[in-house]
Amino acid sequence: MSLTIALAGNPNSGKTTMFNKLTGANQRVGNWPGVTIDRKTGRIRGTDYELVDLPGIYSLSPYSPEEIVSRNFLVNDRPDAVINIVDATNLERNLFLTLQILDTGIPTVIALNMMDQIRKLGDEIDVDKLSRELGCKVVPVSALNAEGIKELVAAVGEVAESGKAPEPLYFDGDIEEAVSLAKEALKGKVPDSTLRFNAVKLIERDEATIKEHPEADEYVGRAVKALETKKDDDADSIIADARYNRITDIVGDVMKKAPRDERGTLSDRIDRIVTHRIWGIPIFIGVIAVVFLGIIGFAWGDFEIVGIGTYCTDWVNDVFFGEWIIPAVTEWCEADGTYSAVDALLCSGIVGGVGAVIGFLPQMLLMFLALCILEDIGYMARIAFVMDRVFRHFALSGKTLIPLLVGTGCGVPGVMASRTIESERDRRITAMTTTFIPCGAKLPVIAMITGAVFPGNGLIAVFCYVMGILLVLISGIILKKLRSLSGTPSPFMMELPPYHLPSAVNVIKGTLDRGWAFCKKAGTIILLSCIILWFLSSYTPGLEYIGDNATSADSILAAFGEAVCIIFAPLGWGDNWELTVGTITGLIAKENVVATFGTLFGIEAGESGEGLEGVLASMLTQSSGLAFLAFNLICAPCFAAIGAMHRELGKWKDTAMAVAYQCLLAYAVALIIYGFTSYIGGWNSLVIDGSVVEQAAPIGSTIAAVAVLAVLAYLLWAKDPFRQLSGKEAEE
Amino acid sequence: MKTLRDAEIGSTVKVVKLHGEGALKKHLMDMGITKGCQIYIRKVAPLGDPVEITVRGYELSLRKGDAEKIEVE
Repeated sequence: MSLTIALAGNPNSGKTTMFNKLTGANQRVGNWPGVTIDRKTGRIRGTDYELVDLPGIYSLSPYSPEEIVSRNFLVNDRPDAVINIVDATNLERNLFLTLQILDTGIPTVIALNMMDQIRKLGDEIDVDKLSRELGCKVVPVSALNAEGIKELVAAVGEVAESGKAPEPLYFDGDIEEAVSLAKEALKGKVPDSTLRFNAVKLIERDEATIKEHPEADEYVGRAVKALETKKDDDADSIIADARYNRITDIVGDVMKKAPRDERGTLSDRIDRIVTHRIWGIPIFIGVIAVVFLGIIGFAWGDFEIVGIGTYCTDWVNDVFFGEWIIPAVTEWCEADGTYSAVDALLCSGIVGGVGAVIGFLPQMLLMFLALCILEDIGYMARIAFVMDRVFRHFALSGKTLIPLLVGTGCGVPGVMASRTIESERDRRITAMTTTFIPCGAKLPVIAMITGAVFPGNGLIAVFCYVMGILLVLISGIILKKLRSLSGTPSPFMMELPPYHLPSAVNVIKGTLDRGWAFCKKAGTIILLSCIILWFLSSYTPGLEYIGDNATSADSILAAFGEAVCIIFAPLGWGDNWELTVGTITGLIAKENVVATFGTLFGIEAGESGEGLEGVLASMLTQSSGLAFLAFNLICAPCFAAIGAMHRELGKWKDTAMAVAYQCLLAYAVALIIYGFTSYIGGWNSLVIDGSVVEQAAPIGSTIAAVAVLAVLAYLLWAKDPFRQLSGKEAEE
Repeated sequence: MKTLRDAEIGSTVKVVKLHGEGALKKHLMDMGITKGCQIYIRKVAPLGDPVEITVRGYELSLRKGDAEKIEVE
């Protein structure tokens, strides 16, 4: 018979490493039903046991989605056994979850992890004694060094086959009296095996249990009151205190701590500098600057740093695809003497389109590598700690910064990184706004517009990042006023794990996982949209094939662009339908904007050739160029990122709302930029045939921009309609 | 009433009682902040909030607004 084993434990207890060690490569990743939390399952190597990785949690409370998922799985799905992974270097807090797991009555084995660290510290833990006091098997392991894995699997098999429930840890007489009463009230309403778990939760004033069994709650109400009076505290505190007191006793019995170095551990000493009151922020800025300059680079006039990532990406685009793949495919297509529509679809539609996206892979992988290292050594948590104050002011938390940083590489894993934020509201707002930060694919667009209207000005790129961050913060304030995103923010409490050297396996696996997620998108949704877009640009509205490239002025896409370009006229795009078409193709991948212009203006490759910028300078003034750039950076991201947003938001309706919000905001910002900056000297002129032509002041746009600004200001400063439902105002 | 918010950096305090309710109070307890436990206030973030404390042998950061709910002596 195949047995189901759950793997449960605190965040940072080495659960992921343990899961990988137990299952090897044999794992599947999905989502828990109804919530977007990773559900990993796999077969334990050498057995037919199915291992289910529960999300990292501190308790079986019903507050965060992670806790609810874990609790429902243990209580309702009843796995055959639980492996409770416990961080031996942080025994007290880890055992708090253990005590609740033991209450569920499921056969349990404790994997006492990080024993190598314990030895290094010189501490001693009496494993046998711990096992006796907890009433379940305890196996000392080190997931990182693969120590004790065999013993763990054997112990789990034995416990699961026997099916013997662990002995719960009983509380003192007064509490147990109330628990017995609760058991009586719940008898027959819940399965006998979970009777104690539910009874204790009822006494603990657990909201989920009370809601499920209101009669039982009434039955024990008096007893709970009596207990509270007797102990002079709230019932929830009484149970938590009782658990922790018990834990303190056990740990005191089994653990002997070696004296610590007076100066603190190495981690303490590093932390003293990294989160220093004065140096903390400069160090943060320095670290980020090094990562960015090293990977993306920076240019200011003649001064230029070429990032490693940019260098690799250029190579893949220009040499790998430009000189090898595309010519080879073209040659192969033309081998039969013709170049049919199918050949064109393959060459420019699929290879050209998907290739443009894959070209960003090296840059992205390097960015992920850098961020994975920062995460693995424990610096990401410190970034959240140092910067929380800034984000809290805008109703977000410091943890929002992590998706934003990942998003600078690519929006897809950036949106996915929002998953680490506990607060549902913050998580959704972050998933909706992460793509405001310019990702790697947006850089060529920034470079192109800069080259056209502000040649050699590195500040434009800086402006783009600053604008992205500001819009995320502003959105935090605006969006929380919506009904679906209102609600009390959950408390920001974050463990700061000790620093350690990066583990090569974790870093490489993390980098490749994120890169792979991106490749999968490129292979599916991007491929499909490339085909559709190729069709739209290669056929006339009468469905006549016109061949690809320069002739696309007659295409369906051009017709569509011409029809809708009136919408963008207030942004100063004039009647240049090419700009609209470029924006639409940007939905596939943002750098497509550049490629599309190349095609439409009939300019041969070499992404930022002078010809292209010259044509753009005759269409866009400095102001409208900036407005065009802003719109393209903020509006709906590429299809791949929209797909990632959908994964996090859950419903297509919410995803559509999020995209609509992004587009509206993009339009508003572009309008404000064009409406106001056109009056700056020299910002409202086109360059036609080498001569500067001053344009008429956009009075209409300016009036509209004032109105939009007023609306934005209202949204920002209007009273939060849901605030008084919670928080201080309700108390007064 | 003295709360964790008022406690000085570098000092060690003892928890007397948790105020507040619901998710916040439960979360504080889950993280090991219960009556009678010792809290060492390690430092405050560069911008003055949140604070970093040592409780039950590990490092935890929490906001001053939440620290206010922890009565100490």
